[in-house]
Amino acid sequence: MGDIQIKKSSKVYDAVIVGSGAGGGMSAYVLANAGAKVLLLEAGPFFDPVKHSQQLKFSYESPRRGAGSKLRAFGDFDAAYGGWELEGEPYTKKDNTQFDWFRSRMLGGRTNHWGRISLRFGPKDFQPTDGYSERWPLTYDEIKPYYDKVDMLIGVYGTKENLENDPDGIFLPPPKLRLNEMFIKQGAEKAGVKVIPGRGSVLTKALPNNKDRGACFFCGQCNRSCKVYADFSASSCLVIPAMKTGNLEVISNAMVREVLTDDKGLATGVSYVSKDDMQEYQVSGKTVILGASTCESTRIMFNSKSKTHPNGLANSSGVLGKYLQDSTGASLSGFLPKLMDRKRYNEDGVGSIHLLGPWVTDNKGLDFPRGYHIEFGGGMGMPGYGFGGDVPKLNGMVPGPDGKMKEAGGFGASLKNDYRRFYGTNVGMAGRGTGMARIDNYCEIDPNVVDRFGIPVLRFHYNWNNDEINQAKHMQETFQSIMHEMGAIVTSSERNAANNWGLEAPGRIIHEVGTARMGDDPKKSVLNKWCQAHDCKNLFVVDGSSHVQQSDKNATWTILAFSMRAAEYILDQRKKQNI
Amino acid sequence: MNRRDSLKALTIGTLSTEVLLKACKPKEQNTDVSGSGSGDQKGEADRPQNELDRNAKLNAEKFFTEHEMATITILADIIIPKDEKSGSASDAKVPDFIEFMVKDVPDHQIPMRGGLRWLDIQMLNLHGNPFKDCNSDQQIQMVTEIAYPAKAAPEMQQGVAFFNRMRSLTASGFFTSKIGLDDIGYVGNRPNQWNGVPDDVLKQYGLAYTERELKESISFSA
Repeated sequence: MGDIQIKKSSKVYDAVIVGSGAGGGMSAYVLANAGAKVLLLEAGPFFDPVKHSQQLKFSYESPRRGAGSKLRAFGDFDAAYGGWELEGEPYTKKDNTQFDWFRSRMLGGRTNHWGRISLRFGPKDFQPTDGYSERWPLTYDEIKPYYDKVDMLIGVYGTKENLENDPDGIFLPPPKLRLNEMFIKQGAEKAGVKVIPGRGSVLTKALPNNKDRGACFFCGQCNRSCKVYADFSASSCLVIPAMKTGNLEVISNAMVREVLTDDKGLATGVSYVSKDDMQEYQVSGKTVILGASTCESTRIMFNSKSKTHPNGLANSSGVLGKYLQDSTGASLSGFLPKLMDRKRYNEDGVGSIHLLGPWVTDNKGLDFPRGYHIEFGGGMGMPGYGFGGDVPKLNGMVPGPDGKMKEAGGFGASLKNDYRRFYGTNVGMAGRGTGMARIDNYCEIDPNVVDRFGIPVLRFHYNWNNDEINQAKHMQETFQSIMHEMGAIVTSSERNAANNWGLEAPGRIIHEVGTARMGDDPKKSVLNKWCQAHDCKNLFVVDGSSHVQQSDKNATWTILAFSMRAAEYILDQRKKQNI
Repeated sequence: MNRRDSLKALTIGTLSTEVLLKACKPKEQNTDVSGSGSGDQKGEADRPQNELDRNAKLNAEKFFTEHEMATITILADIIIPKDEKSGSASDAKVPDFIEFMVKDVPDHQIPMRGGLRWLDIQMLNLHGNPFKDCNSDQQIQMVTEIAYPAKAAPEMQQGVAFFNRMRSLTASGFFTSKIGLDDIGYVGNRPNQWNGVPDDVLKQYGLAYTERELKESISFSA
């Protein structure tokens, strides 16, 4: 241990950014393109989809046929390394509550995993009038120009629908529905459930004025990340282009310990341990920007205690870590008997959704606030690990080719033929809804536990309550009615009160936000509406931490818009010499 | 970049990826773990070193005995036999896949090993031979007793649980193989233009896109 030293760099960057996902990547992109000298620290390896994507591999090219593993939770081909458990990097849970924390330490972070479903928050999400949550310190109209710029910079398909709380964007044309989605749409319309074409950040057409990114060629594998950059990943769309300006340096495998501050409490830089050589480093910046992910940025702030910041950096309010929110999630699967023995053709489509069910229901008469959107799927995807697992159950539910019912299960030629008959008949629907911001859902530092780098770890405390559980019940009723109207047979196990109507545990939907919420009152919030810390004017937090109250919409598009806005504010404040 | 350029770029990307894959394949399948630390390919392989190391380690281990593998092979081919359309489970190397999976997911190990033993004990008691050495009629008779969960006898339930697992692993292994993908008729995973459900299929199901959908969605002329 005698050879450990702290290596200090004398270079002072205009900004040091921690994290390379949607938040950190966007700030890096804006600042580097404006000529600022920027250093980006990423806790995992460098990742460029051109080299590292698993796109267009067949299932047999993986020894586990695409199954998930400890090292890649969403499967051998998914772009995202990591998962809910990382070796040597524990987290703990308090009072027998549950929160599962998904981490993807790599360039682009969790933008490598998500479904590219790209939705704007609506006016009511920022300024709710139902009294259930605090309002954001700004309105939809204030953030709208940034959503517009994100749409134009990155690209998103969709259609103009003029919905009150699901604002339209600047859209590329959406892909047409696949066969199963056409049946789902019919069923939903009969059941009185609103459905619209999907909205996803995939370039169904070449993006105007962008020569670096290709157009989609419809392999349906966005989750593997795209070798021609036709989908949004923070690596391909933000960090790698920003590096080409010559103004951005990226250090990978740099695990940040803390933000360094001076006597006045201002940020001076960041200390990190390099996973490559296990040495300690300190780097200096005029501004420090955290985009390490909601809980990781919070962890860094807690671990950056000093005389001027005794409760953790920028935590004079005591609000840091509180109001942790993940989306609700529940799903239902089934199959369409009328699609048995269907004709084969390539229907891979795009790797985001083709059909979306936005929340347009009035909450009057419902026993929960807010709502959820529905993501639909099904069809002739590439068989992977787990393929056909249901067939020995399903083959007892419908008549065989001879028109006669038979016993479920079996083996041999008849079972082999059943796998063929049922292929592509599946339909699935997943609800993603608002988890309410509550002060007693939080993360904090566990006083007794450190990770393998000696960094104190997070401890979580999280419970759902009836707001979320009743919402999941409503989801299941909606799913059941769509399944019924489209003539599908439900194959999922029973959803009931005993299993919270299939409500996933907190953290499983990977939409956690809120632990450094923004607000006008420094006593009740960590950040102001520019994502700038009330207590430390040259510290910005640009990931989901700033979100006051999530909506049913995935957070990514909103993180991008707020990070872009924060970065432009930093440029403006530097010009005015305020920071 | 237009679509043609992007396909061209992809071809280049794919080619180089294939070359790189070949370069690291011996390592993935290598039984010698000791050489996996060499740093030359770092940054070039399309998988992080810890994943390559893990695959190499699993491939170097052996879980099932020869007796167990022989039993697995017979069972897999009873579940998915050769027919007029495609080969059998063992033609598709399903037993090797199952051997890998039980090492990758250790939760499979006790149910698989114990289930195989359960099966052998049944057959020893009934016919005086372990499953693999019984004749085909005897094997099929036993499998029939554990292949239909709802009508299986209560004393056969452990066998049902084992057979469910064995059947799932066999289907996974077969239909993800090249033989199985061809059999099931999966024709995707290649660059193309998604232009909607083919006309004859729309007609078959009495469906049509709305005028608005046709107008607003991305379309390609044939």
